[in-house]
Amino acid sequence: MGKITGSQAVVRCLQEEGVKTIFGYPGGAVLDLFDALMDSDITNVLVRHEQGAVHAADGFARVTGEVGVALLTSGPGATNGVTGIATAHMDSIPLVILTGQVPRPLIGNDAFQEVDIVGITRPCTKHNYLVSNVDDLVSTLREAFHIARTGRPGPVLVDLPKDLIATKLTYPEKTPIHLSCYQPTFNPHPVQIEKACRRIMRATRPVLYVGGGVILSNSSKELTELAEKLSIPVTMTLMGLGAYPGSQKLCMGMLGMHGTYTANMAVAESDLLIAVGARFDDRVTGKLADFATNAEIIHVDIDPTSISKNVRVDIPIVADCKNALTAMNKWFDAESNFKQTEQAGRLQPWLALISEWTAKHPLAYKDNNDSIIKPQYVIEMLHQLTGGQAIITTEVGQNQMWAAQFHKFDYPRHFVTSGGLGTMGFGLPAAIGAQMAFPDRTVIDIAGDGSIQMNIQELATAKQYSCPVKIAILNNGYLGMVRQWQELFYNKRYASTIMDVVPDFVDLAKAYGAVGLRATTKSEVEPVIREALATNNIVIMDFKIEREEGVYPMVPAGKATTEMLLV
Amino acid sequence: MKHTISVLLQNKPGVLSRVTGLFSGRGFNIESLCVAETLDPNVSCLTVVSRGDEAIIEQITKQLNKLIDVIKVTEINDKEYVEREMILLRVKAEAATRAEVLRVVDIFRGKVVDVSAKSYAIELTGSASKIQAVIDILRPIGIKEIVRTGIIAMSRATKTK
Ligand SMILES: Cc1ncc(C[n+]2csc(CCOP(=O)(O)OP(=O)(O)O)c2C)c(N)n1
Ligand SMILES: [Mg+2]
Repeated sequence: MGKITGSQAVVRCLQEEGVKTIFGYPGGAVLDLFDALMDSDITNVLVRHEQGAVHAADGFARVTGEVGVALLTSGPGATNGVTGIATAHMDSIPLVILTGQVPRPLIGNDAFQEVDIVGITRPCTKHNYLVSNVDDLVSTLREAFHIARTGRPGPVLVDLPKDLIATKLTYPEKTPIHLSCYQPTFNPHPVQIEKACRRIMRATRPVLYVGGGVILSNSSKELTELAEKLSIPVTMTLMGLGAYPGSQKLCMGMLGMHGTYTANMAVAESDLLIAVGARFDDRVTGKLADFATNAEIIHVDIDPTSISKNVRVDIPIVADCKNALTAMNKWFDAESNFKQTEQAGRLQPWLALISEWTAKHPLAYKDNNDSIIKPQYVIEMLHQLTGGQAIITTEVGQNQMWAAQFHKFDYPRHFVTSGGLGTMGFGLPAAIGAQMAFPDRTVIDIAGDGSIQMNIQELATAKQYSCPVKIAILNNGYLGMVRQWQELFYNKRYASTIMDVVPDFVDLAKAYGAVGLRATTKSEVEPVIREALATNNIVIMDFKIEREEGVYPMVPAGKATTEMLLV
Repeated sequence: MKHTISVLLQNKPGVLSRVTGLFSGRGFNIESLCVAETLDPNVSCLTVVSRGDEAIIEQITKQLNKLIDVIKVTEINDKEYVEREMILLRVKAEAATRAEVLRVVDIFRGKVVDVSAKSYAIELTGSASKIQAVIDILRPIGIKEIVRTGIIAMSRATKTK
């Protein structure tokens, strides 16, 4: 086989990995790469800001389960991508980020558009590389994809010096990847499975606490089977929503800071917490000393560092969630002392108590004035009018929490949100990534008037690539979530949270060749959504909502999760 | 509690900064850190001494293991092991104290490696407690300068890995 350039090898590698779509922005250091891409069947989605490229690749990865790819130039291109990389890192999203670098002889000399991006992203990538030898180029890229998608997934960055990708090489045959230092534990230890299952059989108040790991490992089916076989009520983290159907009876909704009364009470009263692919984040646990004090804890996670990090675990199971859940299901199927109906009967009092809690304090909001729009109502209508089939992305803030609370997610990979980092500006580019993956599905970004302005430039990207994303702005004229904290804990001193000047979002939509719609009263909500859903173009829906509506329940930071402020 | 952790690493650029970045980023403390190549030039061995309760040391060990370039992590405190540190000291050595300094050096099996009219430079190797003892004894005489290598450690051969 003849020699090809480094750039051509990169492209061939992407093809070998099955990549059809990447998200990128060109510059001096990556001219060769973009040039080589032109000769391939890979589409580069030309974003308008590199943060948008990484978020779009991230959105693509979250809805497909595949590795998302972003291609950025050196220096400012790479640094603009950092927020996106950190966002993906916190939520364990598989990405490969390719960055250009100045030519090898110039590295370290403060060359034009030189930045030590490997150094900068070391703490916010799963792993990263500066390729310094052309013979390592292809194996490094293969390793990058392997590391990004296996184990606990995450972003991997590969920095490519300009002279290196111009160098010729012989493309090496694909061989199985074996990294002696990187061997995630995929299969659960049978002894731990047995211990866990026996403990579950004795539990009188078990709770399944489910996180994003179940989505990432595509194990919703196995989880649902386990929950239903054992009649165990399920609560999900923000990242876990959709892992178990939100409209099913055993679903208690989200837990934690803005979780349901039922979920937080159930965790507090539980005698056995079964955590699956979750990491006991502070937004979930509240005050650690008071978290699940009556419960023993079983924790399934592929990342050993997640286990016993914040909360002492009684029965750790290091494994891929799918394998662990499958093993547990099999164990119960084989156990002669286990009878599904008996189990359901045994847990009846517990399930009754849970229903009582829900009856007492359901998720609710006051909706008694038709001249104003309640944001929760908008979310409910979006859910209803899409039949819950849409892919929902969100920005960050109240809009995100209302989406999590009032949209019942029945399927995995339908809710795309920045959980760990809480990145405003995530939702629109992520929606574009999702729409590129599924051109025929409805993709809706539930946005705030603040967040949407952080990556508003990506409307042009959506237009250029005919992504008919729908944007529902819950427009309260505030940085609402911060305002809510100021209302509650800072004596209503609204320091720098009032957005006096925002663009006219309807006019703005027009400027980008999109459609703009506005609703200012409750009765206008439904027709606006219907029209948006029927429009084969980008639509911005500007919902002028009740300005000082709050997100409830709310557990004040540092308080026990039973100390909820209710509606 | 003081813990000594031995880490085998891929001997590649940037690997050390992954380790130190992990410690600083997660607020783990580093009391000392030594690193050098092993018999295999592709592998280096790093010895880090840290302080923390069991839970913190467990996290440190797990987080180190999670780094892709880390080959093996061994916590060597709960095992039979030997640890050594080397120290260079410049000690005041004037007429009245020269003999005393030499006696101390002799007792602790150190070596005088540089001599001037007013000072001795001393080289000494030993466990952390021995090093501390030497410092305590020489301090009243007058220590002008200290350079320490930090601790290196090795499990005893009788124990298997
Ligand atoms: C990039 C970034 N900067 C700042 C914050 C802090 N923050 C969290 S929510 C929020 C307000 C968001 O306002 P808006 O988008 O209007 O949403 P709302 O809460 O009003 O629904 C802010 C500033 C953040 N999460 N991300
Ligand atoms: Mg707002």
